[in-house]
Amino acid sequence: MAVATGRASIPVAPALTEGHRPRHGPVRRFFANPVALFSAGFLLLAVIAALFAPLLTPYDPTFLDPAVRLQGPSADHPMGTDDRGRDVLSRIIYGGRVSLAIGAGVTVVAALLGAALGLLSGFYPKVDTPVMRTMDGLMAFPSILLAIAIMASLGPSAGNVVAALVVVYTPTIARLVRSTTLVTKQQPFVESARAVGMTDRSILLRYIFPNGLSSLIVQGTFVVAFAIISEASLSFLGAGVDPETPTWGNMLRDGQRVLQRAWWLALFPGIALVLTVLTLNLLGDALRDALDPRARSR
Amino acid sequence: MTAYILRRLVLLVPVLLVVGVVVFALVHLTPGDPAAVILGDRATTEDIQRLRGQLGLNDPLPVQFGRWFGGVLRLDFGESIFLGESVTAALRDRVQPTLLLTLYALSIQLLIGVPAGVLAAVRHDSPLDRVLTVVAISGAAIPTFFLGILLILLFAVQLRWLPSGGYVAPTEDLGAHVQGMLLPAFALGFSAAGLLARLVRSSMLDVLREDYVRTAFAKGLPEKLVVVRHALRNALIPALTVIGTSVGALLGGAVVTETVFTIPGMGRLVVQSIARRDYPVIQGAIMAIAVTYVLVNLLVDLLYVYTDPRVRLGGD
Repeated sequence: MAVATGRASIPVAPALTEGHRPRHGPVRRFFANPVALFSAGFLLLAVIAALFAPLLTPYDPTFLDPAVRLQGPSADHPMGTDDRGRDVLSRIIYGGRVSLAIGAGVTVVAALLGAALGLLSGFYPKVDTPVMRTMDGLMAFPSILLAIAIMASLGPSAGNVVAALVVVYTPTIARLVRSTTLVTKQQPFVESARAVGMTDRSILLRYIFPNGLSSLIVQGTFVVAFAIISEASLSFLGAGVDPETPTWGNMLRDGQRVLQRAWWLALFPGIALVLTVLTLNLLGDALRDALDPRARSR
Repeated sequence: MTAYILRRLVLLVPVLLVVGVVVFALVHLTPGDPAAVILGDRATTEDIQRLRGQLGLNDPLPVQFGRWFGGVLRLDFGESIFLGESVTAALRDRVQPTLLLTLYALSIQLLIGVPAGVLAAVRHDSPLDRVLTVVAISGAAIPTFFLGILLILLFAVQLRWLPSGGYVAPTEDLGAHVQGMLLPAFALGFSAAGLLARLVRSSMLDVLREDYVRTAFAKGLPEKLVVVRHALRNALIPALTVIGTSVGALLGGAVVTETVFTIPGMGRLVVQSIARRDYPVIQGAIMAIAVTYVLVNLLVDLLYVYTDPRVRLGGD
């Protein structure tokens, strides 16, 4: 495991806090953690803002008002306006829609695909080599580079960003699920299940998959964060979501062009991005502490 | 050890083959005829046919792949469609900024990450530990390009201490080179430093609990000596593998950082080539970076096995 071939695995950072290990269940452990509550609360607000964007935003995010071009933060426009007179706050809220939707979409698809591939290659040695060598090959690319390469061919659009990032993040999940599958497969209860005549399919779905679920959930949280950063990076480079769509990455790209005159254009979307990614990472740490206390003292 | 190295080299073959297939497939992922896409709407049928011939698109796919991959093995990535030179020449001109940026960022990652991790572990559960942990976690959450923009805003726009972009070769003017690379290298190295610090901290905490460290303390050796000479050596071994993967993240991050700071490296070339639909350049640059990454990882893994005799023949 330690000497695996060229990997770009998502680093599973050590846990925030160490020490005492409460005995009660994961839900209580999670709710007893203030960092977890703060992160979950912030993300909940972000999701609500994204869902109800049309009701919450003071302006239409695409409405051009040449009379108020490049205005700094004010009572009318709390986060200022951009070089075409569009309201920055409204664009950030709409941008959150895109970021969260892409982050969630990528994670769900990559988790399903990665779990399927990981389960199969962990369970059937014949499938293992071709699948995992392919995953190794995909992990041999620096992740953002692979995403850029795929976007270069597919062309900018939100759907293509999801497709590209699924390719990038599926291998990490496949590798994770494979390793828990390899361990669980050896357990006596799997042998008993086989002895009573259960099919492979039910063994995989009812016994092996649930055993890897908690680490999958933790990893999934980090994948959401990584996918959001990657989408912003791609859009920033002009290879992500269509440049006219308000997204944090697109706003940062527009903002950098006028950085000398209008700091707010780049600063506010950047802060939105950092807070979202930060709380997702903290949530992932907290979930790991709650679901898998053994993984803490890695 | 020799057997292990040989085994690893053999394992490299399928990985490089998959990398090759993926990079090759990029052109064919494009919806429609790649030649027509490259030339745009106003191209005539003859132009498209000529480019198809030039790119060898009329041959069967396996033939195309064989020809392309054969070229790659000879470091021949074909001709750029836009630049009027070979891809290899274009990459050669731009490899220096990218490699130096990655190296500087790696140095910053090590210079910040290792001491911060050691300090946090030695002062475990102190306010210093908490502050360092918070900084490390936040650092990992700041995308390189946004940190770059923040640094430009502060040091170039507000304070006017450093240039906001551009590149001067070290052979041309070393002082200007250092000034120009300071912000990009920091932007790129800082978030990586956060991850490294957290890893060094946790592996250092493990090592500090070992018997031999307690013995060293019991013998009355000074803390500094125990930490640096006895504990750090073993704590750095797991950090080594992270440095391997970091190089990948840094090489990828360099692509973005070069765009923020307008550094004429391979990454900026890739980004510019996307708009120009210059596929041979995109393929060549990505192939070159991926192969570099694979080789660095191999090197790090070998170093890992070499430094830690406990890890031997640990196949996947």
